[in-house]
Formats: sequence, C-alpha cells, structure tokens
Amino acid sequence: MSDYKTLSLADVSVGDQLPKLDIDITSGLIVAGALATRDYEPVHHDKSVAQAAGLPDVFMNILTSQGIMSRFVTDWSGPEAVIKSLDVKLGAPNVPGMVMTVTGEVTACDEKTGLVDVAVTGENNIWGMHMQGGVQIALPVEG
Amino acid sequence: MGHQEEALHMTPEEQKVFEDKLYAYVGVEVCSRKPAKDAVNETMIRHWTEVMGDTNPAYTDPEWAAQSRRGKTIAPPAMMYVWNQEGYSVASSGRASDPQTEMAEMLNDHGFTGVLGTNVKQEYVKEISPGDTVYVQMVIDNISERKVTARGPGYFFETLATFSDQNGDTIGVQRFRVLKFIPQEQPAASASDDKLQVPTRIASPRGHDNGWWWNAVDEGKVLIQRCKGCQTLRHPPRPMCGECQSMEWDSIESTLDGEIMSFTALRHPKIPGYPADPICAVIKLGEGTNIVSNIVGCDFDDIAIGMKVKGKVEQVDEKTMLPQFYPA
Repeated sequence: MSDYKTLSLADVSVGDQLPKLDIDITSGLIVAGALATRDYEPVHHDKSVAQAAGLPDVFMNILTSQGIMSRFVTDWSGPEAVIKSLDVKLGAPNVPGMVMTVTGEVTACDEKTGLVDVAVTGENNIWGMHMQGGVQIALPVEG
Repeated sequence: MGHQEEALHMTPEEQKVFEDKLYAYVGVEVCSRKPAKDAVNETMIRHWTEVMGDTNPAYTDPEWAAQSRRGKTIAPPAMMYVWNQEGYSVASSGRASDPQTEMAEMLNDHGFTGVLGTNVKQEYVKEISPGDTVYVQMVIDNISERKVTARGPGYFFETLATFSDQNGDTIGVQRFRVLKFIPQEQPAASASDDKLQVPTRIASPRGHDNGWWWNAVDEGKVLIQRCKGCQTLRHPPRPMCGECQSMEWDSIESTLDGEIMSFTALRHPKIPGYPADPICAVIKLGEGTNIVSNIVGCDFDDIAIGMKVKGKVEQVDEKTMLPQFYPA
C-alpha cells in the first residue's frame, strides 16, 4: 500500500533524465481523452470536421496533452510530489497512427523550497514536436 | 478568399477602425465567477486517470491517500480546466455566445478565420479534493499587435482564467494564448484516407559500381570487394584496384567480426526515420577493410575505441536492411 516511492530533493540533480515514455496515438486515445476532459469540440471526435479543418484525422486536444505531461512527471517523481505549474507550448498535432515519445530533464532544483523544474518534450514520429514545456513540482525536502 | 481579399485590402484607416474595435475587448470579462456543473468527484477523476494512463495513488487510492501527507485523495491539478467545461452542447448546438466568441466572429469576418492554441500555462495554488466545487472567472487579458506568423498574418490573444473553490480560495490560474490568423493557403481538402506514411531511413544510392553491394545486404550478407589481379580487398566498392589498377574483381563475405576505430553520436537535429542519437562508428573488420556503420545494443558511454564488435544484417524499418554492430 505504501510502496509508492516519492523522490526527495536529495535524490534529484540538474541534468537528470526522466524515463522516456512512448505513447501510441490512436482514435481511441484521442476520443477518450477529449471526453474524459469534457472537450466536445467536433475536431476531436468527428473525422469529417477535422478534415474540413485541413487535418487528416481527429487530433488530440490540449487537455489530454496536459494530462500526459503531468502523468509523465509524477510517474517519475512519485505521488507525494505537488505539481505547482504546467506550461505547455503547442506544436504539431497528434493524429491516429503516430507514436509520441515523451522525454524530460531536470533543469533546476531549489534546496530551500524543494521546487524542481522539469523540461518536457513530446515529439511524434511524423511531424515532430507536439508539445514542449516545463512542469514545476515541489518535492519533500529531507526530514 | 473573399475574406482574405477583404483583409489584405484593408486601408490603414480601415485597419485602425478594425483594431479599435478589436482592442476594446482587452479586459472584457468572458464569464463572471461561476461554479462547475459537477463538484469534484472520484468518478470523473478515475475516468481521466484511465485515459492518461496515470496510476498516481494520490488521485485514485483513498487507502493510500489516508496515510499520505495530504490525508485524502486529490484531483489531478491538470484537470483544473475540466470541471467547468460546457459539455456535450458544444458538439450538439455549438458554443454559447460570449465576448470571446463575439471577438472570434469579428476576426472571422475580417478574414482571420484560422485558429490555433499556441500556449497554455497553468499555475496551481491549492490542491482540491472530491466534494470541492471549482468556480471559474475569465477575462480577455491582452491582444497583440498585428503579427506576421508562419501561418499567416494574425493577432495573438490571451485569456486569463482564475479558478477558486467554494470558500473563495484561489485554486490556480490559467493563461491560454491563441493565434487568430488569415490562413496562407486553403486547407488541403484532405479527404485523403491514406495511412500515415511512417518515415523510413534514406534509401541507399545504388549505382553501377555499388548496387551489387547493397543488393547483397538485402539478402543478409556484407561482401568485401576483392581484386582478381592481386587479391587486395577494398571497401567501399569502386571499379579499379588501387594497388594494381586491375578492373577485374570478385568478392568475399565478411564474418562481421570487427573492432571500433572511431565513433560519434548524431545528437541534433533528430532525423525522421532514424532512432534518436544514433551512434556511428568506423569499424575495422577482421578481413582488414573498414566499414562505417551503427553501433546498437549499448549506451554511448559504454563504447570505447578498440572495443570488439559483432555485426548482423537486420531489417531496421519497413524498407531497409542494414548491417548493425553489437558489442561482441
């Protein structure tokens, strides 16, 4: 039950790489992500509307990209980490058939506050950068 | 088209009139503080975590959460904007009119029909738990001057949403930046249903003097050219022996036992169809010739000059066979 480990600040250094995550982009993920975030914009579930907007298929909504970025960081940090901010710059759309690879690196650690900045990039294998940004978390400071 | 011409032909005076109307939206409230339809609840949280693949027990495991620092489960902070979404009416009857949609309509009418979310930044002040209610208030915070972007000329606008709970405590804020632009080209009427083309490696050039070598690779063999006059081996393939100038040749098959003479990793830019940071090496083969190839199956930091390697011809993508070398 309590075997979920949370990193403490002492475990983390600038330059640490987070374990990379590959995500298969499917119609299921895009539509389910849109509905789980209550985003009913037709471009996220109706292929013909997405095509009229110039895309080959339905594409991932921003709230799902945010969710994946948040999960990517807490998968690494553990559950006691407190997410302080999530800053996403959006690039090329994720459409079904792609694979998005998410990578991350620690860019700052503050020993006093326990705040850790992680730079995260999600790149798909067809069009390149889908999302790029930073997640700030607070880790427990020793003791 | 009609719209584009209209926008392109705007005189400075017309543009001024248009921008005066546009900038009047700065500071306008899109919606005053209003509660979400649903209180924060375990069901919607669980549905969200299922899709995101998020197994964080802080969201879904009350037993774990009870003994954690927080003492109870929380909603994923990235769900902050989820609670106040309109819901299915957006699909069935469209978005209800508000100052933001009115502003978008005005931009559409002047040819700025393209729309692109470019940045979203959320800052979280307070964690919330099932039972809390999220309230949102939103304003149009700023609108840029007219910019020329890769997508076409347009204006960036930013909305600022402030989220609070039932006690009025701030939960967090969100800045969302959107580009409204005049599309440069009509969207390719892309009813094309072709499967996405996954990029493959650049095809090997196969000419008169080297095509035979690549054809052998396709069959799983790495050959080394041998002079028929003096038996000297040579690689890469070429028409004449450098030792005796004979143009007669045959070949032998390499065992692909080798030793690394030099190596590097290509870090930037990432090349579509290739793995990230591929390791390239000059390898001296047991037969005596050198070959340039990839080192796989180990980390860059574990490679050294002089290291023994063993090659294998492998299919590396849908279209490509290549020799690759592993630590021996």
